Amino acid sequence: MIWETFLLALQAIFRNTLRSVLTVLGVVIGVAAVIALVTLGQGSTAQVTSDVESLGTSILTLRPGAPGMGPGRSGSAPAFTLADVDALADELPSVATAAPYGTQNVTALYGSETITTQAVGTDSRYLDATDWEIVAGRAFTSAEESGAQSVCLLGNTVLEDLFGDADPLDQRIRLGALSCKVIGVLAEKGAGSFGMDQDSVVLIPMRTLQTRLIGSTGVNSITVAVADGYSTDTATAEIEALMRERRSISATETDNFNVMDMAQMASMLTAVTSTLTGLLSAVAAVSLLVGGIGIMNIMLVSVTERTREIGIRLAVGATAGQVMLQFLVEAVVLSIMGGVIGIALGLAIAFFASMQLGTPFVPSTVVVVGAFVFSGLVGVIFGYFPARRAARLDPIEALRYQ
Amino acid sequence: MADTAPLIEFRNIAKRYGEGEAEIFALAGIDFAIERGEFVAIMGPSGSGKSTAMNILGCLDTPSAGHYLFDGVDVAGLTRDQRALIRRNYIGFVFQGFNLLARASALENVELPLIYQGLPRDERRALAREALARVGLNGREHHDPSELSGGQQQRVAIARALVGQPEVILADEPTGNLDQKRSHEIMKVLAELNDQGMTIVMVTHEDDMAAYAPRHIWLTDGKITSDGAPTGQSQHAAPGDLTEAAQ
Repeated sequence: MIWETFLLALQAIFRNTLRSVLTVLGVVIGVAAVIALVTLGQGSTAQVTSDVESLGTSILTLRPGAPGMGPGRSGSAPAFTLADVDALADELPSVATAAPYGTQNVTALYGSETITTQAVGTDSRYLDATDWEIVAGRAFTSAEESGAQSVCLLGNTVLEDLFGDADPLDQRIRLGALSCKVIGVLAEKGAGSFGMDQDSVVLIPMRTLQTRLIGSTGVNSITVAVADGYSTDTATAEIEALMRERRSISATETDNFNVMDMAQMASMLTAVTSTLTGLLSAVAAVSLLVGGIGIMNIMLVSVTERTREIGIRLAVGATAGQVMLQFLVEAVVLSIMGGVIGIALGLAIAFFASMQLGTPFVPSTVVVVGAFVFSGLVGVIFGYFPARRAARLDPIEALRYQ
Repeated sequence: MADTAPLIEFRNIAKRYGEGEAEIFALAGIDFAIERGEFVAIMGPSGSGKSTAMNILGCLDTPSAGHYLFDGVDVAGLTRDQRALIRRNYIGFVFQGFNLLARASALENVELPLIYQGLPRDERRALAREALARVGLNGREHHDPSELSGGQQQRVAIARALVGQPEVILADEPTGNLDQKRSHEIMKVLAELNDQGMTIVMVTHEDDMAAYAPRHIWLTDGKITSDGAPTGQSQHAAPGDLTEAAQ
């Protein structure tokens, strides 16, 4: 009986193909939007997580500002100093190495080529901490670091954009007001979070950045590598104790800096994506609701059009329940069809968009199954009222209906 | 169910529409019994209550008062779904307007009652073909109603009425939409089914169609004015004359 009802529903749907297609369009668009957004959101989350993990789980980052404030919200908290970096690297057993980290956006120029990139001020310890290799040339010497000399290491993208296939070593490039000599080339890291290019970078000594590009002696971030055999918690505790002492924070005051491990970093970065994905999906879900109303509308029209058919079915012995089931199944089949088309469309959109953005394509079974079930529910909810109207028709009136 | 009970028995059946001042009796308490194998014509002018009687007979409607015994069981107080089951298993309908599903083939139309009886597809197909053959429509199984003449459409409707092996076929003005020639063809099909033992109750206002039925029940203003074999003059007699003749 249910199989018969299902076939009957298909028949009724394809009898009026154009109308059925237009009817389910709302559901198709709603489901496709939800699927595409969630899949893209998860792709970008997966990327951020994997990027951050690729930096190493034993990396900690220190920033000024109270814990939980996030980057760029350091408030009035003072920056770190290079002495802080040395103290962390030398005094704490749980710290393998520590490096200063500061950035400045600059225009890089070589010959007739100009690109916008990021100048990163740091020292050789940063390359050790992050396992970043040099594929040509050499790292900074301590004399270059302490003397704020104009030397630089090129990220892969900068190398390709400025030099093409030419040999960059010992050439001079211009970074804003600074002219510096290329002494080495860094290994390629690949695309990073949010489509950010991790190779579009020029490393210069921290002091060079401070004196020649920024004009301040502050260090606004310190990268710490935890020593083997120590947990990040132990290291974090030691670092906090040392920094409280160095920054003269009394026992009653809270920290004016924060130490984040990569997991926290990842969750902070993905929180933004998740919120955005959630909001957009909610908007898309509203269009599913509108799609459901479209289905209800057409089912009501269909019941009126088929009043005589309903009368005939009642006359030959269909119960009210069977008539109701027929129209309910029709509405559910209709909206599930819309759901399936929407899922396929949404996945296709997410696939091509993630190819464009360079993020991984991460289809989620939970979301796909959820969208399928939800579209079925839309059919049940919005098909119920028309189906009940069909089931309640008086057979005598229905048979007389012209 | 008692074998001795009539198939259909109306005991003081009344149907009332409206309330108070606007109250109208479509049926003012009528009694009759129909035995198995009978062919009965219910006649009367329009507004006499014959359609109302037919709707109650077919369990499409319920009486306001009285008892309707179907095979000895009182069905007057049954619920909607219980009445649907009576229609499904014991009653076949033939309507004036044919009432076929427009976009289904003759075969699919005839199959319809069997779907609700829950028969498997192959069995339905076989029974539907058999029923179409009985009304002389072999070879038309896959025609849509729009491809069939009025007479043929009514034959499909008759096949649909009999395919579920009902106890009774109720025909409501079965020839109302047909010309003389087709009307007589349809009446011959019904008469033949009756010869084979099918109980048939037919509503008509045409004397020459009623003539196929050996028993006529005349209704006027919701009351039975005559019940029995038609007199020789019935074709030409006015209802009033018949009442006198019956008395």
